Amino acid sequence: MLQIRFHGRGGQGVVTAAELLAIAAFEQGRHAQAFPSFGSERTGAPVVAFCRIDDREIRLREPILAPDVLIIQDPTLLHQVDVFQGLQPDGYVLINSKRSFDDLGVGEIAKRFRRERLLTVAATEIALKHLGRPLPNAVLLGGFAALTGLVTLDAVAHAIRAKFSGKVADGNVAAAAEAHEVVRHAMLEVADAQAN
Amino acid sequence: MLKQTEGSRAVAEAVALCRPDVICAYPISPQTHIVEGLGELVKRGDLAPCEFINVESEFAAMSVAIGSSATGARTYTATASQGLLFMAEAVYNASGLGLPIVMTIANRAIGAPINIWNDHSDSMSQRDSGWLQLFAETNQEALDLHIQAFKLAEELSMPVMVCMDGFILTHAYERVDIPDQAEVDAFLPPYQPRQVLDPTEPVSIGAMVGPEAFMEVRYLAHAKQLSALERIPRIAEEFEARFGRKSGGLVRGYRCEDAETIVVALGSVIGTLKDTVDALRADGVAIGVLGIQSYRPFPLAAVRAALQAAKRVVVLEKSFCVGLGGVVSTDVRLALSGLQLHGYTVVAGLGGRAITQASLERMLRDAVADLLQPLTFLDLDWRIVQRQLEREAQTRKSGPVAENLLRDVGPVAAKVA
Repeated sequence: MLQIRFHGRGGQGVVTAAELLAIAAFEQGRHAQAFPSFGSERTGAPVVAFCRIDDREIRLREPILAPDVLIIQDPTLLHQVDVFQGLQPDGYVLINSKRSFDDLGVGEIAKRFRRERLLTVAATEIALKHLGRPLPNAVLLGGFAALTGLVTLDAVAHAIRAKFSGKVADGNVAAAAEAHEVVRHAMLEVADAQAN
Repeated sequence: MLKQTEGSRAVAEAVALCRPDVICAYPISPQTHIVEGLGELVKRGDLAPCEFINVESEFAAMSVAIGSSATGARTYTATASQGLLFMAEAVYNASGLGLPIVMTIANRAIGAPINIWNDHSDSMSQRDSGWLQLFAETNQEALDLHIQAFKLAEELSMPVMVCMDGFILTHAYERVDIPDQAEVDAFLPPYQPRQVLDPTEPVSIGAMVGPEAFMEVRYLAHAKQLSALERIPRIAEEFEARFGRKSGGLVRGYRCEDAETIVVALGSVIGTLKDTVDALRADGVAIGVLGIQSYRPFPLAAVRAALQAAKRVVVLEKSFCVGLGGVVSTDVRLALSGLQLHGYTVVAGLGGRAITQASLERMLRDAVADLLQPLTFLDLDWRIVQRQLEREAQTRKSGPVAENLLRDVGPVAAKVA
C-alpha cells in the first residue's frame, strides 16, 4: 500500500488534491482512499489531506502516520508544522517552491532521505501562468506523476477533467503537464549529478 | 457503475435512486455534503418529481418530514450531533406515529465541549427513540443500506436511521458501485402507506392515548422492531441476490471461527480492526471481529450465537455513558447473560480521536493476556487529566475544564495527526 500525505493551507485545494489523486489511481484500476484531516477549514490555516493507493480494498481508517510520499503545497509550513513526521526512509518529497531544499532551510532534514526523491517545483508560478490563480494542487500532481511514476500524467489529466470542466480543467491539465516536464528534467539533472 | 467518489455523494445518489417525494433538511457538519448533493440533483431536474424543502432548523426538518410522510410521501432527511438533539422531540413522534422516514446520521460527537468530529454519541442518544438504527462499515455499505432502509421502513411502517461515521466515511473518496435505476426500482416498490392524510378520505393521525391503551401502542412498536430481526436479514439476502454483494444484515463476523477473543464494534472502525486482526492472526493469536450492523433492533440472539464459543469479548465503542461506562457493551452483556466470558469495554475515538492500528494491536494484546482494565479508554492522555485533577484539588477557582486542557495540550496546528 502506498500512502501519500498532502500539506497545505486552507484555500489551496489540499483536500481536492488528495481526491484528484484517488480518482487518478481509480482510473488506473487501483483501489484508493482519500480523506481530509477533518478540521474546521479556514482560509490560510494548515490543512492535511491523505491518499492511500493499493491493489486491494483499503480497510484502514487511521490518518497517514508513515507516508511514502509528501506533497507540500506551501513551503511556509516547513517551519510551522512537522511535515516530515513519519516519512519513510525511501520516501518521496515534492515541495511547491522555486527554491532548493537548502535555501528553504530543510537541507539537514533532506540528508536523511534519498536525494533523487526530493524535489521542488514552482507550482504556484506554473498555476498563475495557466490558470491566473495561485492554485498549486493539480499542478503538483503532474510533478508527482513524474517524480514517483505511481500514476500517469494521463490519469492525472483524466482526474482533473472528472472534477472540473471548461477553462479551469484545460488550465489545470496544461499546468500539470508543464510541472510533469519540469520535474522530469530536474530528475535527469539530479541523476547526472549523482552519476558524476 | 463503479465510481471513485465522496461518501456523501454516494449516499445522495443512493437516496435519489430511491425516488423520494420529499427531502427536507437543515445543514450541519458532517452531514452537509449529502443534502447539498441532493439539492443539486433536485434543482437540475435529475431527481423528479421531488420537493426539496429548505427549513429553518432540525426541529422543523423532522416536523416537515412527519407531515410529508403522513400524506403518503416517501420522505428523507439527514442530520448529525446537536441537530439530532434539537429534533429529538419530533424524532420520538415520527416513530410513535409509525411513519417510515429514512434519515442519515453522519455520526458526530455531542457538545459541550463543542466538537465537530466523529463518534457515536449522537445516534446513541436516540437509541431508545423507537427508530431502527443501521450502522455502515464502508461507503459502499452506507450507499446500500439507504436502499435497504427505505424498503425496511416502509414494510414495517417504522422510521430508520442509517448511521455512517462523520468525516471518516462522509468525506472519504472511495470506490463505490452505484446501482442502476431499474435495479433499484425492481428492489424497492412504490410506497404503499398503512395510513394516509387525505382530504378526500379524512382521518386523524396522532390521537392522545391515555392509560387505557398507551402501553399497548408501545408494545406494538416493540413487536415491530422484533419482527425486523427476521426482516433485516431477509432484505439483505434479497439485496445480495439482486446486486451481488453482502451489505447490511444483523451482524457480520470476520475470522471469528475458532477465535478465543472477539472484538465487537460498529461502523467504520471495523475496517481498521480487520487489518489489526489479520496482523494478530499472523502472529498466532486466535482473534476475530464481530460487526453489529443492526443496533436497533439489537440482535440479542445473533450476538450471543456469534460470541458464545469465545473466551473473551472486547466491546470497542465510540460512545460513552458518563457514570457507567460502555453503551454498546451493556447491550452485549445482556446478549451474553449466563455465559462465563471475560468482558472488556474499550471506549475509543471520542470526539474524533484517531483510532490507530498500533493502539488497537497494543490494547488487544493486553486483552488476550487478560491484562486489560474492565473499562479502558484507548489512548487517553492521563498527563493532562492528572494535571487538571491536581488543579482542582489545589484551588477552588480552577476555571473551565476545556480551556485548561487546551492550554496544557498546546498548539495543535504543529501536529500532523
